[in-house]
Amino acid sequence: MGKSTVTTKDDAQALFHSLRSAYSSTPTNLKIIDLYVLFAVFTALIQVGYMAIVGSFPFNSFLSGVLSCVGTAVLAVCLRIQVNKENKEFKDLPPERAFADFVLCNLVLHLVIMNFLG
Amino acid sequence: MAASTDTTAAPSSTLRNASGNILAFFILLLIGVLAFSIRLFSVIKYESVIHEFDPYFNYRVTQFLTKNGVYDFWNWFDDRTWYPLGRVIGGTVYPGLTLTAATMWKALHFLNIPLSVETVCVFTAPVFSAFAAWATYLLTKEVKGVGAGLTAAVLLAMVPSYISRSVAGSYDNEAVAIFALIFTFYLYIKTLNTGSLFYATLNSISYFYMVCSWGGYTFIINLIPMHVLLCIVTSRYSPRLYIAYAPLVVLGTLMAALVPVVGFNAVMTSEHFASFLVFIIIHVVALAYYIKGILSPKMFKVAATLVISVGLVVCCAVVAVLIAVVASSPTKGWSGRSLSLLDPTYASKYIPIIASVSEHQPPTWPSYFMDINVLAFLVPAGIIACFSPLSDASSFVILYIVMSVYFSGVMVRLMLVFAPAACIMSGVALSEAFDAFTRSIKFYAFQTGDTVSASTVSMENNVKEIEKKEESLKKRPSKKNKKKEKENVEKPLKKSQTEKRPLILPVEASVFALFLTVLLAAFYVVHSVWAAAEAYSAPSIVLTSHSRDGLHVFDDFREAYAWLSHNTHVDDKVASWWDYGYQTTAMANRTVIVDNNTWNNTHIATVGTAMSSPEKAAWEIFNSLDVKYVLVVFGGVVGYSSDDINKFLWMVRIGGGVFPHIKEPDYLRDGQYRIDSQATPTMLNSLMYKLSYYRFVETDGGKGYDRVRGTEIGKKYFKLTHFEEVFTTHHWMVRIYKLKPQKNRIRGKTKKSRSKTSSKGPTKTRTITKKNPWH
Repeated sequence: MGKSTVTTKDDAQALFHSLRSAYSSTPTNLKIIDLYVLFAVFTALIQVGYMAIVGSFPFNSFLSGVLSCVGTAVLAVCLRIQVNKENKEFKDLPPERAFADFVLCNLVLHLVIMNFLG
Repeated sequence: MAASTDTTAAPSSTLRNASGNILAFFILLLIGVLAFSIRLFSVIKYESVIHEFDPYFNYRVTQFLTKNGVYDFWNWFDDRTWYPLGRVIGGTVYPGLTLTAATMWKALHFLNIPLSVETVCVFTAPVFSAFAAWATYLLTKEVKGVGAGLTAAVLLAMVPSYISRSVAGSYDNEAVAIFALIFTFYLYIKTLNTGSLFYATLNSISYFYMVCSWGGYTFIINLIPMHVLLCIVTSRYSPRLYIAYAPLVVLGTLMAALVPVVGFNAVMTSEHFASFLVFIIIHVVALAYYIKGILSPKMFKVAATLVISVGLVVCCAVVAVLIAVVASSPTKGWSGRSLSLLDPTYASKYIPIIASVSEHQPPTWPSYFMDINVLAFLVPAGIIACFSPLSDASSFVILYIVMSVYFSGVMVRLMLVFAPAACIMSGVALSEAFDAFTRSIKFYAFQTGDTVSASTVSMENNVKEIEKKEESLKKRPSKKNKKKEKENVEKPLKKSQTEKRPLILPVEASVFALFLTVLLAAFYVVHSVWAAAEAYSAPSIVLTSHSRDGLHVFDDFREAYAWLSHNTHVDDKVASWWDYGYQTTAMANRTVIVDNNTWNNTHIATVGTAMSSPEKAAWEIFNSLDVKYVLVVFGGVVGYSSDDINKFLWMVRIGGGVFPHIKEPDYLRDGQYRIDSQATPTMLNSLMYKLSYYRFVETDGGKGYDRVRGTEIGKKYFKLTHFEEVFTTHHWMVRIYKLKPQKNRIRGKTKKSRSKTSSKGPTKTRTITKKNPWH
């Protein structure tokens, strides 16, 4: 019994270490995008927490706030997919085009958000 | 289609490509013209007028929009309908159609082309059906190729099911919504095929247009998550799937919430939950694939066991909470209309109004053949063709057709959503068949110029022989440009091609089959043109009949509405059954009590109760609603079978659903609905009977033979006590009655202590006189 828990703990630690080492080898631009995604998700969580405390009265504001954070996170993940050099499917897509698409989609998203924010 | 031969020489292939493109362009142009012109039969046979009932409401809204501008339209509260409740037009109408038509009108006026609003409204549907045909071409091109695209486009241009809802004059939501549906699907498939975020943005914008146009957008937001789930389950997950789906959910939900009709329903009703669920699932799957990519397989196994044991517990907790939340609402979060789609018997049990609409009935088997004709046989062939090879796009089309077949079986109106899927599948099937036949014929045509053993060329040929023949086939074009190295390049290409084993049929069989295919297409064309001309072009506001003396035109509806608009006061209220509400407000410009929107069941039940009650009770109900005129539609003189007497049982049912003193068995004799001498007294005393058959015996000299019911009526000679007839149209189809005002004096004995004012209140009727105070 005790041995299995120790092995699971060891397994978890080994897993954690291998994840860390594998992740640290990713290029810096991808890490920046990941940081941006984390930031957006964290902001969304703060907004949800705030709504839980204060109440959801202007529901459209809450919805637009949360969905704008989630939206930019999703779009950043899409950008990361397209820019990642390991993805064979996107190897002939220039990263400038990917970034331009990202900006365009964000523009549309935030236009809708501005309209819906009230 | 001709792709296999394009791999030969560069100059001739680009020339072939270019000429193919030009040909495809002209074919598409012709398809657009065809789609537009086949829908013009009603304009030619009758006139350029708006059809049916719902389009009149859309027409009225468009008139308001063009006159008053977008802001007034967005905030419009209509007080001329659902009196005294009114209707918030801005928040209950799908604005896509009206905004589109108003934009077209404005654009035309800007170019100094002075078309009236009515003309623009009448021709919106044919124009957008041309666009829909082009969108079908684009969608099928993504699935199978240009040939299949062209075939599917021409099939959609003529499919009778789509024609029925988009003739010139049928100014309804489906006119633009079907185009938006197909275009959204095309952009989704394009994003899936290319993985470009640009197309994902366009996809969301097109989905926004679809949400603006039609309530059927829930089909899209449920079908796409289903397809994503299918792809994940069949291990077809790819980053392109994530790019195609995730931005659509976020942007789509936001944009759907922008439309006032949908509002917060976009996040709170069960119709949208599937998209959120699959959103979470695709994130989990994406994360899993990512971690699998960066870890070694051993570590990944460890991670998997850890995550699964923890994740399962969390998942169960979340699902339990979700189920508790959803189960607490009585309809499990679904709206009535969606529930009636999932459970076809739901509406007839709980919501008789939804059950009473004729377009919500299940279709009969012949209607499948009438509406999609030959495509019904080609669809299974298309499904099989989509399986070889199975790609993301073709799996989507297969899922689309399976879902739409189910829903079309529930509600005849949804045959319209099934039609594009059927056209796509049939286009694929026809194109593949055509391919096989022409390939066989071409093969034989080229074969005659070479020294090859004339062995039997059938599908069971051995690979070596086919390889030799392929060489000879390729040698001819290579002789044209004399490039030896091309041959060497082609050899490995040929090898991969020969592994595919080209399917060749005997030439006589393929020529005959080609002839038969063309004949099949000819049958389809003949049927579609017949259906468009005869079956689906009736405007239903003008009726015609052919008799020995020629063509009779029954224009009674417009006659009645014109009478109303000229002979009544602007603020007078008109009561009729809800079918005629939209037309009354649009053409007669009078306030109505209930109309086709049917959003308030109690109000409709009030009118139904009034129609089913005896004269005095009905008068009181109508008087409490400030009604001045009552309008009934009666078809007994000319044989028009969609009149109010035939709809009367629905009035009884709906009224009885809210007011229990109206009981349906009271109106039936031995379970049969009759209006002849065997009818029940309740039936013979009801307002509807009296208003329909008042003075009816004068039309055929005393017999009172009702041509629709096929019997003589029960009560022939009677007087109306509380209503007076003010207008009956030429063919007695619409009859308008006015409520008689109360009398000031009461004849007969009354107690002196009572005040003799004109208060009709319940005190008077309860206490003293049993005498009728109105005579």
